[in-house]
This record gives sequence, structure tokens and C-alpha cells, in this order.
Amino acid sequence: MENLSHILSADMLFMTLRLAIPIGLAAIGGTICERSGIVNLGLEGMMLMGAFGGVLGSHITGNPWLGIVFAVFIAGAMGLIHAVLCIHYRTSQTVSGVGINILAGGLTVVLTRAVWQVDGRSGAVERIPTVTIPGLSDIPALGALFTGQSPYVYLTVAIAVAAWFVFYKTKVGLRLRAIGDHPQAAAAAGVNVKRYRYAAVITSGMLCGLAGAYLSIVHSNMFINDMVAGRGFMALAANIFGGWNPIGSILASIVFAFAQAMRITLALDIPDQFIQMFPYILTLLVLIAAGRKARGPEALGRMED
Amino acid sequence: MKRIADYLPGILYAFAAIVLAILVSSGIMLLIGNDPLLAFTALFDGAFGSVNSLANTLSMSIPLMFTGLAFSYAMKGGLFNIGGEGQLYIGAFASTVVALALQGAPAVIVMPLAILSGMLAGGLLGGFIGLIKVKLRVHEVIVAIMFNYIAMLLTSYFVNGPLLAEGSMTPQTERIPDAFLFTRILPRTQLTTALYLGLVVAVATYFFFKKTRIGYNIRAVGENPTAAKVSGVNITATTMLAMGLSGSVAALAGITEVFGKHDRFIDGFSPGFGFTGIAVAVLGNNNPFGIIATALLFGALNSGALRMSHAAGISSSMVMVVQGLVILFVATPAITRGIFKAVRVRRLAHGKP
Repeated sequence: MENLSHILSADMLFMTLRLAIPIGLAAIGGTICERSGIVNLGLEGMMLMGAFGGVLGSHITGNPWLGIVFAVFIAGAMGLIHAVLCIHYRTSQTVSGVGINILAGGLTVVLTRAVWQVDGRSGAVERIPTVTIPGLSDIPALGALFTGQSPYVYLTVAIAVAAWFVFYKTKVGLRLRAIGDHPQAAAAAGVNVKRYRYAAVITSGMLCGLAGAYLSIVHSNMFINDMVAGRGFMALAANIFGGWNPIGSILASIVFAFAQAMRITLALDIPDQFIQMFPYILTLLVLIAAGRKARGPEALGRMED
Repeated sequence: MKRIADYLPGILYAFAAIVLAILVSSGIMLLIGNDPLLAFTALFDGAFGSVNSLANTLSMSIPLMFTGLAFSYAMKGGLFNIGGEGQLYIGAFASTVVALALQGAPAVIVMPLAILSGMLAGGLLGGFIGLIKVKLRVHEVIVAIMFNYIAMLLTSYFVNGPLLAEGSMTPQTERIPDAFLFTRILPRTQLTTALYLGLVVAVATYFFFKKTRIGYNIRAVGENPTAAKVSGVNITATTMLAMGLSGSVAALAGITEVFGKHDRFIDGFSPGFGFTGIAVAVLGNNNPFGIIATALLFGALNSGALRMSHAAGISSSMVMVVQGLVILFVATPAITRGIFKAVRVRRLAHGKP
């Protein structure tokens, strides 16, 4: 019995990790973007482009690692579009995000059809293999964390830690956070607000690309229409639930993923829809509870500078 | 009083955005080896080529009229209602439940009752988002996105479980009795009298914002909340009302789909009408008649998509690309303005006025 619960918990842990990775990466992207003061509702569309880009890259080169490069590049380009529209042209950030989602929803299907001649899904491509880290995998109990895992597990942890470090331990992070709260003051202090914002929005696109590629060439080996299925919006919720903070974003993603993993592993007697609703209700409750005290960037979505 | 001439710049920008979107999507088609001319000719033919395709175009524009009009109610009040999707699901669901519960009762009573219940459900959801916005200062976009998923999943739970039609393999409710459905304008098409409802709501929207006190207040809050507050407008009530009306009009999109096309509530029946409605309203410049025109355009795109796909060998989702580009271009008048300017400068350089 004890043995069973142990397997169950190890299973749970890994499944939670797998489900949390794409949400967490995109959520960190959302955090970086929104900390610069730009709202990003296009996370969903950028992830979708990333998912497609990953498969396309793997298909063309036969090398899934280059697939990731493609994904990051293509989703980063979507980030650039959002950045140019919002920063240079002062387009409504919300409308731009909605437009990017619609555009990506159409473009990925059109391109999939163009490359594979079918609507709805791509052909099978090479996927990123799992890795076992020699030495570390032999550690008792903890060894499982280093055995047959996707490299994305370590990548995500590294990115979260790096984002946290940059945010709170470097001048760049300090400036970025200042821009999100008081853009004029930052500009007056000599910070190039535009350059920081461009970098932040493009980085968020690139992280969405990584997240999307995880869905298509790590978790799966093909692109399927709308395969992101709302994870971009869930990432947005995780960013808010996590308090616009990279570590908070990752932890929130883990909480959301844990709820889903529980449903899958424990076959709970709760209707699927309610488990799926959990992240949104939780975020809503946190927002309502925090209310005026919710600690988002103060100048989020405003472009008066 | 605005004259037609005052609307011209807006119409010009909208038109330029459409042209730009068509040009860019033609470029994409050329890049992937498709013939854009063939594609757009087939699309036009598929949307307007026969009485049936025209009816299909009209019928496909109906939900977009409602979601577009819905968005404009909030936008006039300075609010961004991205929650149309959730509101149309909850509204359609409430209407379906009422209609199914009152089977056998006279249609003259049930139909208005069902429609009003749905509008009330969508309106309450919208109004609640407005309340959270004013009282807790939480941005309406975030709250509305959360409610989109909650509403969609809640209705999904019911039609997969307690309200699942007996023996049905797909998650859907029992069929709604024929007497309660919208009447077909043309037999063997999906064009129903819901179209008239859309036009009536558009005209009503126009007069609401032009002639009524509440409509005026909503616009005042949208344009300058501080000034509105000083002149005695109740910001809380007005915000809730703008979002509530927005929600109830969005609900009509779902109600007319269920009572005009599917004849039952089907799980996840909306392909994002709530989001496309935002594009429709932005392109229509939040003017009710602009929205009707834009809804017709988007309806035509959706209706001609299949023909285009067959003729040009391209995915029918190409129309989504066009729609996505249209919304980006129209929301960015600076791009079109830049192009107009460049053209003028070149013409001046050639000595033409």
C-alpha cells in the first residue's frame, strides 16, 4: 500500500511537471512582457506559432533541436509584430493580442495544409529525446528526477531561475520593473524605455515559442490544429495568480498542472470540466480577494509616455 | 449631428485596412504556391454567387452582428468586453434550459421568455464583470477571460452530464421543439428570422446611444469618467449597465445560433464568435451600421471559405488569416495613414495634386 502511494506520488510529480512546463514557460513570457507595461493577450497565438514552428523545423531539417530554434524564431517574430504595433504604432494592446490569436489560428492551419497537404494535422516528425544524466541518475530516491526526463524539465527550471535572477538581482531587471510601474520616471532617469519594451515583448514571444514546441515536438510529434487549446490564456492566469513574478508564475503553473494531474492519475469522481475550471476560478478568487492590492505593474496597458 | 462626410475618414481607414489585409494574404498565398486571384474569385462566388450562398452569407453574419454590437456597448463606455464568448454560451444555455423545460406551452410565451432568460443570464455575467471592475479595480479583460472558460466549461459539464440527450454520442441537449425555433426565411438554408432581430438590435443600439439618457451616460463615462462623475453620473451603475447590456447582446449571438441553426445546445458550438466580434466592432468603428456592414463582410468570408478551399487548394482557414490581418491593420490607422502619405508625397513629387 505504501509502495503504491509512492508510485502514485512519483507519477503525480512527473505528470505535474510535464503539464506545468508549457504553461510555466509562457507564463514567464507573460510576466516579462507585462512587467514592461505591455499587455500580452497573444500568448495563445504565439504558442500556437511556436508549436507549428517546432514541427516545421524538425520536418525540414530532420533535427528536432533545430525545430526548437525555428519555434523560438517564428514565435519571436509574432512577438516583434505585437511589439511594433503596441510600441511604435500605439495600437490597442488588447486588440493586437486578439488579432494575433486569430491570425495565428488561421496561419498555422494554412501553412500545415501547404506543407503536408492535409487540413488539421501535420505528418509525424522527429521529437526531442529524453535524457538520463549519468551520475545524478544513480542517486537514490532523487535519481528518478534525472532519469529519462525531457531536457525541457531542466531548461524550464533554468529559465525560471534566470528570469528571477535578472528580475531581482540585476540592473536590467530593476529598470524593467521600473518601466512597468513608472515609465516616465524611468525615461527621465535615462532608461531607454522603448528598447526595454521591445526586448521584453520579443522575449515573451520567444518563450511562448519554446512552450509551443514542447507541445508539438516533445510531448507529441506533430502539429494538430489549435493544439495549444487555451494554455496561453491559462499562462496569462498563472502570471496574474503568481503576482507578475517569474517564480510565482512557475509555482502557479505547477498548482494548475497539479490539479490536472490529480484528475488523470487518481481518476477522481469530479467531472472533468470542474478540474479544468480550477485555474480560472482560483485566479478569479485571488483577484477578487486581492482587489485593489493586486500587485500588477502600475502602468500596465497605458502608453502615455 | 454628424453628417455622412464626418464618417468618411473612418470608412476610408476601414476600407484601406481590408485592402491591406487582402494584399498581405495574397502575398502569403503566393509564397506557399497558391493563386490568390483564383482563391478570392472563388471566395466571392461562394459568398454571393447564388441565392443559397447569399443566404448562407447572411446567416453566417448573424452571430457576428450580435457579438460586434455587444462589444460596442462596452467600448462606448470605455470598457473592453472580451467576455462575449462566455456570455454567449451562458445565454444560449439559459435559453435552451427554459425552452426545454416549457415544452408544450405556447410558443408566443416560451420564445420571448427563453430569449429574455438568455439575455438576462448573459447580462448578469457581463454586469458582474462590470461590478468587479468598479468595486475592486480589477481590469475587466482579465476577469472576462476567466469567465469565458468558466462559462464554457460549466455549460460543457451540463450537456455532457445531466442534460445530455438520451442515446446521443455527441455532447448536446435534447432537440428544442420546432415551434420554439426561429423561422426559416428561405427553405433548405440556415437563414432565419434571427437576421431581422440582428437588424432591429442594430437600429435600437443606434437610438440608444443617440437619444437616451442612459446611452448618453455610458458614452460620457467612456469619454471622460472624471467629468462624468463630477456631473453626477453614477459610475458604478453605468459601468455595470454597459457591461450588462453588452453581455445580453452577446447572449443573442448564442441564442440565435442554437434556436436558428443547431436546434439544440451543442457543447462548444461557437468557433470564437465572441473574439471575432471584437474585430467586427473595431472595423465597424463601434457604429451599429458599420458593425452590420462588417459582420456581412466577415460572414461572406466565412461563407465563401469552403468554395475557396476547393477551388484554390488552400485551407479554408485562410479567411481567418484575412480576418486577423484586418483587425491588426484597422486597429493601427498609423500604418494606413503612412501609406496614404507616401502615395501623396510621390504624387506631389510628380507634380500631380
